[in-house]
Amino acid sequence: MTTEPTAAPGDAVRLSALSKTYGSFTAVHPLDLTVPAGSFFALLGASGCGKTTTLRMIAGLEDPTTGSVALGGKDVTALPPYKRPVNTVFQNYALFPHLDVYENVAFGLRRRGIKSVKQQVGDMLDLVQLGGMARRKPHQLSGGQQQRVAVARALINKPEVLLLDEPLGALDLKLRRQMQLELKRIQTEVGITFIHVTHDQEEAMTMADTVAVMNAGRVEQLGAPADLYENPGSTFVANFLGTSNLIEAEVTGTSGGDIQLVAAGQRLTLPAARCGAEVTTGGRVLAGVRPEKIALVHRDDEDAIAEGRNRVPGRIVDSSFIGVSTQYVIDSPVCPELEVFVPNVERDGRLVPGAPVVLHWNPAHTFGLDAAQDIDAGLDADAVEAALSPDGAGTAAEAAV
Amino acid sequence: MQTRPMRWLRKNVVVLAGVLALGYLILPNLVVLAFSFNKPKGRFNYTWNHFSTDAWQHPCGVADMCGSLTLSLRLAVYATIGATVLGTMTAFALARYRFRGRAATNMLIFLPMAMPEVVMGASLGTLFLNMRIRFGFWTILIAHTMFCLSFVVVAVKARVMSMDPRLEQAAQDLYATPAQTFLRITLPLAAPGIAAGALLSFALSFDDYIITSFNAGNTVTFPMFVWGSAQRGTPVQVNVIGTAMFVVAVLLVVAGQLVGGRRRGART
Amino acid sequence: MTAATAPPPTSPAPATVPAAPRRAAGRRRLTPYLLLLAGVAWLLVFFVAPMVYQASTSVQTGSLDEGFKVTWHVATYWDALREYWPHFLRSLLYSGIATAACLAIGYPLAYTIAFRAGRWRNVVLVLVIAPFFTSFLIRTLAWETILADQGPVVSFLNTVHVLDVTSWLHITQGDRVLATPLAVVCGLTYNFLPFMILPLYTSLERIDGRLHEASGDLYATPFTTFRKVTFPLSLPGVVAGTLLTFIPASGDYINAELLGSTNQKMIGNVIQSQFLRVLDYPTAAALSFILMAAILAIVTVYIRRAGTEELV
Repeated sequence: MTTEPTAAPGDAVRLSALSKTYGSFTAVHPLDLTVPAGSFFALLGASGCGKTTTLRMIAGLEDPTTGSVALGGKDVTALPPYKRPVNTVFQNYALFPHLDVYENVAFGLRRRGIKSVKQQVGDMLDLVQLGGMARRKPHQLSGGQQQRVAVARALINKPEVLLLDEPLGALDLKLRRQMQLELKRIQTEVGITFIHVTHDQEEAMTMADTVAVMNAGRVEQLGAPADLYENPGSTFVANFLGTSNLIEAEVTGTSGGDIQLVAAGQRLTLPAARCGAEVTTGGRVLAGVRPEKIALVHRDDEDAIAEGRNRVPGRIVDSSFIGVSTQYVIDSPVCPELEVFVPNVERDGRLVPGAPVVLHWNPAHTFGLDAAQDIDAGLDADAVEAALSPDGAGTAAEAAV
Repeated sequence: MQTRPMRWLRKNVVVLAGVLALGYLILPNLVVLAFSFNKPKGRFNYTWNHFSTDAWQHPCGVADMCGSLTLSLRLAVYATIGATVLGTMTAFALARYRFRGRAATNMLIFLPMAMPEVVMGASLGTLFLNMRIRFGFWTILIAHTMFCLSFVVVAVKARVMSMDPRLEQAAQDLYATPAQTFLRITLPLAAPGIAAGALLSFALSFDDYIITSFNAGNTVTFPMFVWGSAQRGTPVQVNVIGTAMFVVAVLLVVAGQLVGGRRRGART
Repeated sequence: MTAATAPPPTSPAPATVPAAPRRAAGRRRLTPYLLLLAGVAWLLVFFVAPMVYQASTSVQTGSLDEGFKVTWHVATYWDALREYWPHFLRSLLYSGIATAACLAIGYPLAYTIAFRAGRWRNVVLVLVIAPFFTSFLIRTLAWETILADQGPVVSFLNTVHVLDVTSWLHITQGDRVLATPLAVVCGLTYNFLPFMILPLYTSLERIDGRLHEASGDLYATPFTTFRKVTFPLSLPGVVAGTLLTFIPASGDYINAELLGSTNQKMIGNVIQSQFLRVLDYPTAAALSFILMAAILAIVTVYIRRAGTEELV
């Protein structure tokens, strides 16, 4: 799952034992992290998990309690923000309200003593498709336009790393989807390393090459989006990244590459290669499966299910039609609330709340997790973290000043 | 069912009361304006005699009046500069930092505004008297700067506290040194608050009579001239100055509105 | 590919934080004090020190020729109170009535500017502030003209017999308005009205117009909406406005001097004449402190009752 960090010149960012504490509260536990140059890297987690604090330490807006930050192989821990070759797209953009779009974008160049900025600013505004807006003030722009100005203002400086702090949080859903693709396009075009902080798992998976899932000041798991989704390493990741059905089961034995399990009398098969936990016969393990991998049939049709598939009986508790699919909640002896997403290809009229059903799925789609952890971790992470830190780490930082 | 005029009255009774209140506020200025064109029979300019533009043609035709007017303007300019500089620094400290003694400082800023002028004036006067400091321009300036200071602090502090700290962080992130950040971002953003504080200082200083009277000695500011002349009979020129100040103030505000409006009108 | 670990709790001692940020932090701790230095020093020397000195003056005895010495002559306070209590009472009464009148007159105007003025809002605001720029002495003198004995206002009030009523109430005398309590209170109200209107306007302007609609939607009549929604939300403005009106009004002596007679002298007049004409500094100082104490007591009780901490 992980390897030791290595110092390579190709690394855009390297954090070594970086941590931050405010009084008795540890926002970020000692963290080692390497981001390769040119990648689109996402820090994903609920509010207050330490992702913004990490980003601010890279930008130099927050002094780390311990550890160091290296950019392109150079230690910048002691440098103030204005001497670091990174730029930030702030949450809510922080556009200078008294300067127009042009001057906002030119700000960084001018501060570095560059006199002829016209060409560069023009090019940059074209890149973000704001060519005609140069003389407008920020308050005359829509949210999406402001967002693009913020990106242009940071990118024009050709930073080694672009830091994005929840850059799409203030936009409505449709615009957010559109801007995700836009940002991805820009990143591919300019080839600069992006570090993107977000609490939106779909956003992280859409945009990033690599996602680091953070929880309570620690990186819980790191990898490519598909890898994280298919092989979550903990219940937190399993629940926070999409939806997972976790079934607590007993190990009855191993055969070949498979682990045999039994849960509430139902026999299940789990590929050993997909189980991150140590298993011993008689021990317990959490068997997980994603809702869209599960097929649903009425109990009357149980015989039609192919041999060798994992199957679990149950009763429909609730169903909601959402267009592309129907989402069912199933009460089953192995788990009181199993979720199943059935694509709307042919709808079975018998599948209504109360109907007895059988769920079945390909055993290869099962993943195994250590049973000695909170099965609900990451389910309502937002609520818990919000209670811990009312406005995220940023406020904690200001309060501590 | 109510009749229509009754319903109209019910809906607009607040506005009517507001207009009457506005009339109450403006009435004296109209009287001042009207009587600036009077040619009074005796020394007292209280009753209408007949129309004349004498006073407007010779605004400085009264001994000492224009001298006191320039003195007051000079005092107001200096007091405004002093109070604005000191007050802005204090406001930044209070708005931007948490430090020991912050609550006490807030209290210290609040007290002069909650103190009757006669008490402040008399106290400062007593101190000067006993320190054997000669009353005059400097004592007045010190007093004016003192009571204007708090108003500047309040105006600037409110503005600075409502500013997004992320704007300054963004500037630092975009290679602005702390000094550049202050000059390019912080100061322009705080400018409306500073301007409001300065304007208030100017008005307060120019118009102050009570505190000045305790600290002026034989120096005569414009309000003191008016006060003195009220006993002997106010010259018509006082009305001319009063009206001119009113008109200048309104024109300044209108001009400011137009400039601001044009800037806002830049949107298309 | 990317490599990362969340190190185990027993990871080796992390790299030490370089010294530079620390030094910067030390400087940052000093910055507020440096910023405060000049302003606070100014207030300490020219506001607090005079107050302290005034306190010592109030217990001094002596004369202008022989000089004054601190003799802890507290009796000055009792003598001052015994002699001038009517002036104190009058000051508090006049300024209290003027404050109430300012609220009654100012609230509709502030409300109109905030919610009903539409595009006239800025014009009306300018008209509220602009009179400030004509010296308030000149404007107060204008009231002498307005309320002059033979003037149209007094004639009108006489014709409709209002002055008979007010005379009976002892707030005017005969067919005069000038040199009566009514004239003084009228002048005080006029002079401090903008100090009431501006804070009221500021707090009213902040109220979301949709609250009125929501209240109306929830079956409140316009009057109930005002009583239950608008007015409570404007309370900070009401408190600030009444303080900004009452405090300076209670120490004022201009209106009593210009619009009143010797029977309407307020405590400000006494302090001023003790200080500038009688040259009895201890009495002037004692009177100042009694006035301060009275205001402080009233304001404290008032703020407690109003239940708001928003002073500034």
